[in-house]
Amino acid sequence: MELFTNQVLAGIATGAIYACMALAVVMIYQAIDHLNFAQGEMAMFSTFISWQLMQWGVSYWAAFLITLAFSFVAGIAIERILFKPLVKAPVLTNVAGFIALFAIINSSAGLIWDFTIKQYPTPFGSAPFLGSQLISTHQAGMIGVTVALLLALYFFFQYTRIGLAMRAAASVPESARLVGINTSWMIALGWGMATAIGSIAGMLIAPVVFLEPNMMGGVLIYGFAAAVLGGLSSPFGAVVGGFLVGVFENLAGTYIPGVGNELKLPIALALIISVLVVKPAGLFGRHIVKRV
Amino acid sequence: MTPLLNVKDLRAYYGQVQALHGLSFSLNEGSLVTLLGANGAGKTTTLRAICNMVRSTGGVEFEGKPLNNRSTESIVRFGIAHVPQGRGTFTNMTVEENLQLGAITRKDRAGIVSDIERMYAHFPVLKQRHTQQAGTLSGGEQQMLAVARALMLRPRLMLLDEPSFGLAPLVVRDLFGILGKINREDKVSILVVEQNAQLALELADQAYVIETGRIVMSGKAKDIANNEEIRKSYLGY
Repeated sequence: MELFTNQVLAGIATGAIYACMALAVVMIYQAIDHLNFAQGEMAMFSTFISWQLMQWGVSYWAAFLITLAFSFVAGIAIERILFKPLVKAPVLTNVAGFIALFAIINSSAGLIWDFTIKQYPTPFGSAPFLGSQLISTHQAGMIGVTVALLLALYFFFQYTRIGLAMRAAASVPESARLVGINTSWMIALGWGMATAIGSIAGMLIAPVVFLEPNMMGGVLIYGFAAAVLGGLSSPFGAVVGGFLVGVFENLAGTYIPGVGNELKLPIALALIISVLVVKPAGLFGRHIVKRV
Repeated sequence: MTPLLNVKDLRAYYGQVQALHGLSFSLNEGSLVTLLGANGAGKTTTLRAICNMVRSTGGVEFEGKPLNNRSTESIVRFGIAHVPQGRGTFTNMTVEENLQLGAITRKDRAGIVSDIERMYAHFPVLKQRHTQQAGTLSGGEQQMLAVARALMLRPRLMLLDEPSFGLAPLVVRDLFGILGKINREDKVSILVVEQNAQLALELADQAYVIETGRIVMSGKAKDIANNEEIRKSYLGY
């Protein structure tokens, strides 16, 4: 029983990271109707920035905040430079853009910081949380930061005018323009926020998976699985999906014979395929009916 | 007196297809003008061209200021509220959020709050449903919401695209009554595109008839309504 509880809690902790990644993916998907394959690499690059800042002697939380700001601005810049010109381009052009972005960021990180694995610090320590062996302080910290982030986002989108404008621009762009919303900038803002959210995921998971240019590959696939499971049209679903995928992954790794740690990743892929076959809109997504 | 809206030699294109062939008309401050015509005549395109939602050439001036090279969202800031065909409801948001979005370019928070109350007084059904998802409203209620959302801008000019479309005749009467009231009491100038010519002519001061992207007739709404020949050949009643 203790093993079970332990695995569930650990699953919730990694699930928090998947939830952040899924949320970042869904935010961009809502704004431009494309999956950002480079989301993980962007998060990885941000994490390297924070690591570099700490190497230069900046304290953890200062580096955390500077990285957030950097990611926000970088996200906006990427949208303005690369994806704004592709707004009316076909799907494949966009996919090529994402793959290019993926490759560029991945190799630049390798070029600047090389491909060796680096230790990444945690501000929470790794002692048992509240004296219990079930969960470490870092895992509790991951959950805490994610929950705080989600609450902040909820209030932003529900109770601020700019949040309202962003939702409007994502749901009915034409009407949004007709009430005077600059939808193009709302998309850029969405990119900035998604990139910042991704950077939080990167900085929280780095102490667990260690810092290196390919650290986010697996995480992003879990993030995609979470987004698909929750429904690509639902930010709330993406978050729930993140936690579910985290728990599911851990339990499958523990209890299904032969899965273990090595085969955890295919579980995420199997989950993506199963959801797409059984319930393509996901748990909380809306079916989008298109008139042709 | 310069007209509030002056459209000169407006031409609009969808890809290679030209939809408007040099359309000219004007609208004076405080008036209610209707554009009539059959399906595909170019009524909707005219409204879309005014707000720069289609590629167009020619002159569109609002109070003497050209609108041609401005983006749709910046044209709104002149006080031009466009209620598009199909109402443009933000279906997955609440009724109240829809109203707030109508005022998203305004800065006076207190004014917005009192205007929302004013809209609820104009359209009591919206107050009853203010926390409901706008997509769950009936067609008539959504049209009311669309008009209310446009009014939240405190517009100088309102562009309405087929407000009667898909509504029951009684609801249409109601709605047109409200539009007349808004025009008289709130001094909002209105340009309304309609297929229901009879009703639109009862409401409007001035009317223009469009056929295949050109104005073929203009005059006082009363005169056009009384001219049997025009009615028969262009308005079909």
